[in-house]
Amino acid sequence: MKVRAQMSMVMNLDKCIGCHTCSVTCKQVWTNRPGTEYVWFNNVETKPGLGYPKRWEDQEQYRGGWTLDRKGKLKLKGGGKIKKLTSIFANPDLPLIDDYYEPWTYDFETVVNAPLSDIDPVARPHSQLTGKPTEITWGPNWDEGLAGSQETAMDDPLLADMQEQVRMAYEQAFMFFLPRICEHCLNPSCVASCPSGAMYKREEDGIVLVDQDKCRGWRFCVSGCPYKKVYFNHSTGKAEKCTMCFPRIEQGQPTICSETCVGRIRYLGLVLYDADRIEEAASVPDEKDLLDSQISVFLDPDDPEVIAAAREEGIPDDWMEHARRSPVYDLAVRWRVALPLHPEFRTMPMVWYVPPLSPVVSTLELDGYEADPDDIFGAIDSMRIPQQYLANLLSAGDVGVIREVLHKLGAMRAYMRKKEVLGEHDEEIAPQVGMTSAELERMYKLLAIANYEDRYVIPQAHTEQGAEMMKEQGSCGLDFDGGPGNCGAVEAKPASSSPIVPSADDDGFDLIKILQGGKR
Amino acid sequence: MSAGAVFLWVILPYVAIATFLVGHWWRYRTGQFGWTSGSTQLMERKILGWASPMFHYGALAAVGGHVIGLMVPVAFTDAVGMKENTYRWFAAIAGAVAGAVCVIGLCGLIYRRATNARVRRTTSRTDLVVYALIAALIGLGVWMTFAINLLTSSPYDYRSSMSLWWRSLFTLRPNISAATGANTVYQVHAILAWGFWALFPFSRLVHAWSMPLQYIGRPWILYRSRYAQAGRGR
Ligand code: SF4
Ligand code: SF4
Repeated sequence: MKVRAQMSMVMNLDKCIGCHTCSVTCKQVWTNRPGTEYVWFNNVETKPGLGYPKRWEDQEQYRGGWTLDRKGKLKLKGGGKIKKLTSIFANPDLPLIDDYYEPWTYDFETVVNAPLSDIDPVARPHSQLTGKPTEITWGPNWDEGLAGSQETAMDDPLLADMQEQVRMAYEQAFMFFLPRICEHCLNPSCVASCPSGAMYKREEDGIVLVDQDKCRGWRFCVSGCPYKKVYFNHSTGKAEKCTMCFPRIEQGQPTICSETCVGRIRYLGLVLYDADRIEEAASVPDEKDLLDSQISVFLDPDDPEVIAAAREEGIPDDWMEHARRSPVYDLAVRWRVALPLHPEFRTMPMVWYVPPLSPVVSTLELDGYEADPDDIFGAIDSMRIPQQYLANLLSAGDVGVIREVLHKLGAMRAYMRKKEVLGEHDEEIAPQVGMTSAELERMYKLLAIANYEDRYVIPQAHTEQGAEMMKEQGSCGLDFDGGPGNCGAVEAKPASSSPIVPSADDDGFDLIKILQGGKR
Repeated sequence: MSAGAVFLWVILPYVAIATFLVGHWWRYRTGQFGWTSGSTQLMERKILGWASPMFHYGALAAVGGHVIGLMVPVAFTDAVGMKENTYRWFAAIAGAVAGAVCVIGLCGLIYRRATNARVRRTTSRTDLVVYALIAALIGLGVWMTFAINLLTSSPYDYRSSMSLWWRSLFTLRPNISAATGANTVYQVHAILAWGFWALFPFSRLVHAWSMPLQYIGRPWILYRSRYAQAGRGR
């Protein structure tokens, strides 16, 4: 047993309102630089829809992630090492920038400098790739809120095996929002695809980073990641990706996307895993077993054996304490209501999703269902978001898993409704979904009330080790010329020495302060 | 021996070699972040899909050809019993194939860079110089292979002229007369090549040294400690 800690995230899709605050704040901090105009470390897409880049989920097209070879051994879907080296001059699976979108800006100058006239001047879109006027034909959330989906949504890879069932007629349409960041996978195919050895997973917290000094721009990480969450900076010629805001995480602060999430849908916490068991767990033959095998590599932070092994590995005691209180461990492992995104990619993603339940409520109300557990479960089977669709997204097509989770969420609502509205304690509900009433109440507090300190249980990096760390140049993901920097944020630097803050009183928006958690 | 000859065949080569060595030392120490293939595949992938592999494989084969042609003395091939004629045909045909593949690839890449606005915009001034030098070197090289070696009844014997001079540079006793007496096309090719080597460390050509062969023997997943920095496999 080799105990390691992983910083992991849960997103409660039930509560995402699709406001894109997370995407915008992330972009402001990390990717508002030349070469990353098209890059959104955090993006929010509408489901059903094509996503960003278009059809990223279709691995027959992009060939990301892992698959099993004839002998049942894990191999990269994009091909082995020799194949990579021989195709290094033209990566056959690289997306084109148009698969994301052509980034644009507007020529605001014409508006500002326009002479007095009867006609309002117009700022026209200009491509940020060529500088020339352009037509906007696609964007990172083009099919937002089902816009134009009658034309595009049927190309959603998740609908491939369920065309008949799905009605795109407006009155029967369903949709939900899917915010996405890098999954900081336990078995990251981006790392495995990088010929230079520039990508790595951090031993302490599992964050996956690109060493900007070692990256040579071979681009295999971009095609190797099935979630398309490594991006090629076309100005620096290097790969970049979500850093899980590690300068903040090391300070015990949530990521920018979490901190600013309007719907309060995000949770951050530690899970402990057995690093020796990853390959085996990612290689189970049946895709539908992947969820269970993924959960089986997690270690119980209350288990004395695990505690002893963790101490041996040098995991600090306060980290263990945080692991015990982890909302991620509660939601994904203890209660199993959070599911991994596309477990069939076999990368063991570490961002988990609570599937959306809301449309059931409206069905309930319309059809006059009472808050009776039997009816709740019946309603869940006839809810608007087809369970098959959620299963294709979150459980490798296993509808049973989705139904189980939705039943738990439904039971939680039914229980709390009786308690809050009728003042009754219905002890019958919880056992039907294999939980206790106390657990349902805790789950309610975590999911519905979602207090800040319950959502984010993040231990600080140990700064006594951090002092040594600052001497270690080259481990830093993004502290380079023209990069967003912040690798030095552990040592409180004066704001003026930071590459990302032009001057201390620029516009009163002090990024360093926010990064260090000065504001919340 | 004129001053011009000394400059072209002694000073220029040594200055270029020195620039090459010191330049790499400097670039390696200070320019890791800028050390990249500078790929533009994200912008355009159709033409690149065939042109880039053709160019690179052709160029790698040509590099191999140069190593043989410049480093292996006639005495060696004689000693292993390879007839002069055999050697010449082998070199000319292999060189012609490599050259042709490389030229077609290069034409594709130049066409792509010139006509695709997105790719053109990523082009730096150094890139332009590199492109011009490479085009001239390869153009001359292919001319030499085809017109002066392959499709002629009296092929030019560079092994007893240019190659002698080239090797003599590394024994620090430059054989100037071997070079001054050589075919003019070969001379121009050699002079331009020194410019190429001098520019090498300051351009994106350095990505040639990054051929990631270490990938073959390495574990799939790499871990690094935030504090200890040791690259460790699973
Ligand atoms: S989601 Fe993140 S860690 Fe996983 S393969 Fe993609 S880039 Fe790597
Ligand atoms: S900020 Fe929160 S609620 Fe808004 S889109 Fe992002 S994840 Fe959803």
